[in-house]
Amino acid sequence: MALFILRRLIQSLFVLLAVSIVVFFAVYAVGDPIELLVSPEASLADRQQMIARLGLDLPVWQQYAGFMWRALHGDMGTSFVQGVPAISLILQRLPATFELVVAAMLMTCVFGIPLGLLAGLRRDTALGRGILATSVLGFSLPAFWLGMMLILMFAVWLGWLPASGRGDTVSVLGVPFSFLTRDGLAHMAMPALNLALANVALILRMTASGVAEAESQEYVKFARAKGIRPRRIVNRHILRNILIPVVTVVGLEFGQLIAYSTITETVFAWPGMGKLLIDSVYQLDRPVVVAYVMFVTFLFVVINLIVDIMYAALDPRVQLSAPAH
Amino acid sequence: MPDSVSSSRTRTVPPLAETPRRVAILRKLHGRPTARGTLIILAVLALIIMIAPFFAPQNPYDLANLSIMDGRLPPRSTAMDGHMYLMGTDDQGRDMFSAILYGIRISLLVGLSAVAIATAIGSFVGLLAAYVGGRIDAALMRLVDFVLGFPSILVALVLLAVLGRGVDKVILALVLVQWAHYARIMRGRALQERRKEYVEAAMNLGFPAWRIMLVHLLPNCVGPILVYATVQIAHAIALEATLSFLGVGVPITEPSLGLLIANGFQYLLSGDYWISLFPGLALLFLILTINILGDRLRESLDPRR
Repeated sequence: MALFILRRLIQSLFVLLAVSIVVFFAVYAVGDPIELLVSPEASLADRQQMIARLGLDLPVWQQYAGFMWRALHGDMGTSFVQGVPAISLILQRLPATFELVVAAMLMTCVFGIPLGLLAGLRRDTALGRGILATSVLGFSLPAFWLGMMLILMFAVWLGWLPASGRGDTVSVLGVPFSFLTRDGLAHMAMPALNLALANVALILRMTASGVAEAESQEYVKFARAKGIRPRRIVNRHILRNILIPVVTVVGLEFGQLIAYSTITETVFAWPGMGKLLIDSVYQLDRPVVVAYVMFVTFLFVVINLIVDIMYAALDPRVQLSAPAH
Repeated sequence: MPDSVSSSRTRTVPPLAETPRRVAILRKLHGRPTARGTLIILAVLALIIMIAPFFAPQNPYDLANLSIMDGRLPPRSTAMDGHMYLMGTDDQGRDMFSAILYGIRISLLVGLSAVAIATAIGSFVGLLAAYVGGRIDAALMRLVDFVLGFPSILVALVLLAVLGRGVDKVILALVLVQWAHYARIMRGRALQERRKEYVEAAMNLGFPAWRIMLVHLLPNCVGPILVYATVQIAHAIALEATLSFLGVGVPITEPSLGLLIANGFQYLLSGDYWISLFPGLALLFLILTINILGDRLRESLDPRR
C-alpha cells in the first residue's frame, strides 16, 4: 500500500510539473508577459520595475525557476482589478464552491441511488422504464439552459425561490456558510439541484445496470433459493456489491462538479471560484486566471490521488503493486 | 421480426466473414422504430439547415432587415410589416425562428467538424500506439492520461480565455479536449485486432507498417469509434453551447444556439422567456436525437444482443 501511494504521489508531482510548464510557456514564452501580467494602466516606471521583479531579462530556464519559486511560495501574481494577491481571492471564494459541490453530491446520492435501485429492480414495469427513459434527459439537457429554466419556473413564474446570490451566511471558524440559515438554504436549493442533475442521471443508470447484472449472479440466485427475504437480498447482497463502482464514480465526479460549478455559479450568480474565473476572463484579469488554473490543477491531482487510493482500499481485487492501468 | 432474422443469420455465418455482420447491424438498426425515427429527424434537420436561407422568414444577420421597433415581442405577435413572429423576437427585433434556423447551422458545423478532426487525430494516435507498442505506446498513453485527467469544460474554457473568440478557435479547443478519448478507444480495439492472424499474414507478406495500419487494422477497429463519435457530436454541440453561453465561444456575428440562449438570459428575470426558451428547446431536441441514435447504434453493434 505504501509503495502504491508513493508511486502515485511521484506520478502526481510529474503531472503538476507538466501543467506548470504548459502554463509557464502559455503566459511567459508565447505571449508577451508584460502585456499579460502588467495592468494596461501601469506607468512606464512600474513596467520597468515589473520586468526586473519578474526577471524577464534572464534566460528562459531561470525565468521558469523563478516562476516556480514564486508559485511554491504562494505568489501567483496580483489581481489587476482588485489589487490583492490572486491566490487569496481564490481561497476566499473556495468555501462557497465547496459548499455547493458537497450539496450537489449529497443530492446525487439521495436521488440517484434509490431511483436507480427502483429502476433496476422494476426494470420490466412502466415505472422502471419511465425512470430510465427520463434519465436520458439528464444527460442531454445542457446544464446552463436547465439552470435558466429553473430560474424561470421557480423564481419568475412561481416566485418560490430566489434567483441569484448566496443569501444569509453564518460564520463558522471565520468561514461563511449558507447551509446554516433558512435564507441560505433557499438560495442554495436551485444551484445545487442544477449542478447535481447530470450526476443523478449517471448514478441512477449505473445503479440500475449494476442491479440488473447482480440479480443474474449465482450468489443472488442462491440467496433467493435459501429463502432470504427480498429486502435483505437487496441490502446485503446486491447493494453492497454495486456500491464500489458507484462510490468511485461519485468521488471522480467531485472534480467534474468543481469544473461544472463554473457554469452553475455563472447562471445563479453564486459567488464561488467558478464565478471568479468567468469574471476574471471578462475583465482580462489574467493573474487570477493563471492562479485559478494552477490551483485547480493541484486540486485535481489531489482528488485523482485520493480516488485511486480509495478505489484500491475498497476493492481488494485491485493490485496495489502494479501501476493502475 | 427483423431482429430474430438477422441474429439467426449471424449465428450461421462463421465469425471470419465481416460483411454479413455489417449488413445485419444495418438491418437491426433499421428495424428499430426509434432509430429510424432519429435518422429521419436528422435528415430533415440537415435539409432545413441547407435550405435555411431560402426558408427562414428573415435573414437574422442583415441589420437592415431588423427593426428595433419590433424588439422583445412575445411569440405569435405581428410585426410592423404585418407578418407573424412565430417564436417572438429578441431585443434587436430579430425573428427568433430565423435566428434558431441559422443557429442550428453553426452549432452543427462546429460539432461535426470538431468530432471529425478529433476522431481522425485520436484514431491515428491510438492506432500508432497499439501497432508500434513499447516506449512510444507508453509515452502516448501517458499523454492521453494527462489530457483526460482534467474536465473538458475547464480545459476548453481556459484555452479559449487565452485564445479569444472565434468559430475556428472553438473547434480547436473542442478537438484538443476530445481527441484523447478516441486514442484510448482505438488503442484498446487495435491491440485486440493486432494479435489476429490476418495482421501476422500481412506482416509476413512484407507490407509496410502504414499499409497494415490503415488498410488492415483500421477498418476492423472502426465500429466502436463510430458509435462513440456519434454520441460525441451531441457532446461537442453541448460543450460549444456552454462555452458560448459563458462568453468565450463563437463571436456575436455568428450566433450559435448557445449564444442565442445567452442573449436572452438578461431578459429572463423580466419574464421574456421566449428569447432563451426556444433556442434551448432546439438545442435539447438536437442533442436528444443524436444521443438516442448513438444509443441504438451501440445496442445494434453489441455482439451480446
